[in-house]
Amino acid sequence: MPSLKDLRNRIASVKATQKITKAMQMVAAAKLRRAQEAAEAARPYSERMGSVLANITQAIGGGGDAPALMTGTGKDDVHLLVVCTAERGLCGGFNSQIARLARDHIRKLLAEGKQVKIICVGKKGFDILRRDYASMIIDRVDLREVKTLGFVNADAIAKKVIHLFNEGGFDICTLFYSQFKSVISQIPTAQQIIPAGVASAPAEAIDGGNAVYEYEPEPGEILSDLIPRNISVQVFRALLENVAGEMGAKMSAMDNATRNAGDMINKLSITYNRQRQAQITKELIEIISGAEAL
Amino acid sequence: MAEAFKFELVSPERLLVSEQVESVVIPGAEGEMTVMAHHAPVMTTIKPGVVTVKTAAGGEERYVVFGGFADIVPSGCTLLAESAVAVKDVDRADLARRIQEAKEDATDAKDDEARSKAEQFLSQLTTLEGAILPA
Repeated sequence: MPSLKDLRNRIASVKATQKITKAMQMVAAAKLRRAQEAAEAARPYSERMGSVLANITQAIGGGGDAPALMTGTGKDDVHLLVVCTAERGLCGGFNSQIARLARDHIRKLLAEGKQVKIICVGKKGFDILRRDYASMIIDRVDLREVKTLGFVNADAIAKKVIHLFNEGGFDICTLFYSQFKSVISQIPTAQQIIPAGVASAPAEAIDGGNAVYEYEPEPGEILSDLIPRNISVQVFRALLENVAGEMGAKMSAMDNATRNAGDMINKLSITYNRQRQAQITKELIEIISGAEAL
Repeated sequence: MAEAFKFELVSPERLLVSEQVESVVIPGAEGEMTVMAHHAPVMTTIKPGVVTVKTAAGGEERYVVFGGFADIVPSGCTLLAESAVAVKDVDRADLARRIQEAKEDATDAKDDEARSKAEQFLSQLTTLEGAILPA
């Protein structure tokens, strides 16, 4: 049985922890708002990009001059996985969810006899995947120094991927990130980015009336300029969603922690009070029985 | 007074401009072009340069863009820029850094095609620097 002093110390320490988790929750809430704004601001660009891309693909009509980034190499032997996670922990199951999805995917690919390469974005994913697949990780991108995520960061990652593709380093590239649905739910998602464009094709007939575009320079040339840019945009969007998701997850995790700390303080206070009362009673009995013995 | 149309300047990070304008000068990959209302549908890539926007209210705004493309339809014009800033907010250090990077690209280029591409980009950047720095 802990003494009264021990109990007092524990209550004090739990209270201190509660203050910390509360503060972290508030910081996460503020950051979440900013991350959501950033994601919101990036949306018009990616939407326009999608519609323009659909327009051009339609103009080319799947002709032979579509760049390799779009059509793929025709094989699917080597897979590249870009796994985006957070830089910090203490955000519930956020990182492990993404890592689990990636791991399932890797296992499936390995069972099919494919070769797998991994690029880790963010420290946590690297830490988790390193345990099982250290030999497959070819690169890791550290974003810890980055305060506000810029397009430059995403562009650098995309350039790396495209460079590798042009060297024939892989056939299919899949992006792993967490889709931000709401503060309490983030959905780990796998999205194929190379070869791209298959998904953007059915967006036709949106701009129905003005289908006759003039292209300057040739559509093929625009497309070969556009596709790498589209990959950067996809990566950028994934990173932004990830940040928002991380903050959401952290917020709810810290909210839980704060509540747990509150429960614990209540329980400890009850034990403390009970024990104090027991001690008082004991002392009274001692005094009374002492007086009676006289 | 010329008829106004809708112009949007979008960078991946945010929507910079979305308003009614009279005319827009775009640094297209194959030469500058002025876009006004009822322009024929054109899609063009743009090179690093200055976009001049004449608003319907009569003002004139200038933005520096670093590559991207423009989607022009009779009812409006959307410019998707890789990165865009108002001329008055241009960060000289940033511009210098881009030029330095372009120089490195040009020296590192493996084949002639890549080198000529990098050199072209570099010359566009230096022209741009010359165009805005005295301003």
